[in-house]
Amino acid sequence: MYYNQYRKFLIHEEVIRIQFLPMGDHALHLIVGDRIDLSTHRRVVRLHQQLKQDPIPEVIEWVPTYQAITFFYSPKTITYDQLCFEVEKRWLQAKQQTTSLTTRRIEIPVLYGGRWGFDLDEVASYNQLSQEEVIRIHSQTTYLVYMIGFTPGFPYLGGMSTQIATPRKKNPRNRVPRGSVGIADQQTGIYSLATPGGWNIIGRTPIQLFDPQQQPAVLLQMGDQIRFFPIDDHEYREIEEAYQNRSFQVSISVVKLDEPTEN
Amino acid sequence: MGIEIYNGGMLTTIQDLGRMGYQSQGIVVSGAMDPFALQIANLLVGNAPDEPAIEITLMGPTLEAKSDLIVAVTGADLGLEINGKPAPLWETIPFRKGEIMRFSGSRNNGVRAYLAVQGGWEADSLFGSYATYLMAGIGGHQGRALQAGDQLKVKKQIPSRKRFFHRKLPPALIPRYTPHKRIRVMLGINQDAFTEEGIQTFLTHSYQITPRFNRMGMRLSGPKITHCKPADILSTTVTYGTIQVPANGQPIILLADRQTTGGYTQIANVITVDLPLLGQSRAGETLSFQTISMKEAQRLVMEQERFLKQLQVHQWNPL
Repeated sequence: MYYNQYRKFLIHEEVIRIQFLPMGDHALHLIVGDRIDLSTHRRVVRLHQQLKQDPIPEVIEWVPTYQAITFFYSPKTITYDQLCFEVEKRWLQAKQQTTSLTTRRIEIPVLYGGRWGFDLDEVASYNQLSQEEVIRIHSQTTYLVYMIGFTPGFPYLGGMSTQIATPRKKNPRNRVPRGSVGIADQQTGIYSLATPGGWNIIGRTPIQLFDPQQQPAVLLQMGDQIRFFPIDDHEYREIEEAYQNRSFQVSISVVKLDEPTEN
Repeated sequence: MGIEIYNGGMLTTIQDLGRMGYQSQGIVVSGAMDPFALQIANLLVGNAPDEPAIEITLMGPTLEAKSDLIVAVTGADLGLEINGKPAPLWETIPFRKGEIMRFSGSRNNGVRAYLAVQGGWEADSLFGSYATYLMAGIGGHQGRALQAGDQLKVKKQIPSRKRFFHRKLPPALIPRYTPHKRIRVMLGINQDAFTEEGIQTFLTHSYQITPRFNRMGMRLSGPKITHCKPADILSTTVTYGTIQVPANGQPIILLADRQTTGGYTQIANVITVDLPLLGQSRAGETLSFQTISMKEAQRLVMEQERFLKQLQVHQWNPL
């Protein structure tokens, strides 16, 4: 009965349309919005919190993204319709969830430009700015981690200034070094592994977003705030060394969030 | 107690059924490209079906038994030989101390073979799985492919039982790999991003597997699949067998080492029981797609589960 179905809910005086879709024979994809914005993000976060409090035992794992949550299951243990029913129940209860009033803020040191940020020049000239202006704009913004995905610990960040937006490279590189900080259209992000990639690389951080030797292995989580701060060559080496000796602590503080005005 | 590798072969890694449960942190699932063959190999030697086994790709390794072992090799026929004599697949076989196992080369279609040992291979576990994920260098044997000089140990030595020998999968149940495969799919979450004609094109033509094919995914080439909405979507979850179509209209099928999220429109998902066929395909071969209902796809999954369960229950008895 839930196959491909839209359901409408009135939440905080707004009609929210959600959609249940099968993703193959072992996953349910629930869509709760159609854009990247705070209000959609909060819907995802509230349902995520509700699921943590009241998990669906048959669900192997669930994966929150910008505007959807995917539930992996085995048809051996629960039917698709039962699963949709259980998810819908939690969606309705999630209305009562208040999103947290505090969040973590993580400071990420970045060595901008030069051989670490080989595309900084291009980003600057594309936007008719100086390299210093690009660095200033990039490092004076607070970013929100909307979701983690792609490779281990890779954050999808929102909040970048359109002043430094730059289209993806036409020819992706075969290998972008781990820690590279890049810009693609209106997004900025940090490569958590050395992978092929088409983003414009403006700098590199010595911080490892994924380190199986550390606890937790993944540094960032959905809902975190991120600030970048510029460092020089010397500081980069110092942090890198300290990191390897396990004597470097990433700066993580807890900050108050503005009262949510949207639902 | 175990084996020593003399030659690692083309790409030989330790895999299990994958690293499920951490995709929300971007942890890539990995695991066997042919989960069916891996499970059968384990069941034949008396292991739990999800134990790690060695995944062998096309050109197999050469290795020596350092103690008396009981093994099974399943999947593609890559020319298995023990001490120079051909040895059977899909069957429990003794592999005695000092014997050399090698693979003389692919004798048929199919790409990947699985080598399981009674007791299970000792390997690095991370996030609840032994699967090797090469890009992050985690799991398996030091996070990398096996190479000359590596020693692999057996987790627990079980006293050998004679009746294990010659235990084999009935020939009728052995999968046959053909150079053209019909793959059953369910239409995907972005099916409405395609024109009706686009969907029809996808379902009525053959697509050739290009050389851009690895454990992460395979790119296909064939008649262009047309969109009626943008080909880029907000990045969202993908799974093993998700078929994405970027703006060029040429499908990409995501496989075991896929990223956890993707930003191209998803036209379909390969059903679970047909995933092994993808893992046994090679560049130049062709695939065609037909839809089946979720009900039917799930019935097939459960049928296969029952079959594996049966094999497990009866694994201490000769077949």
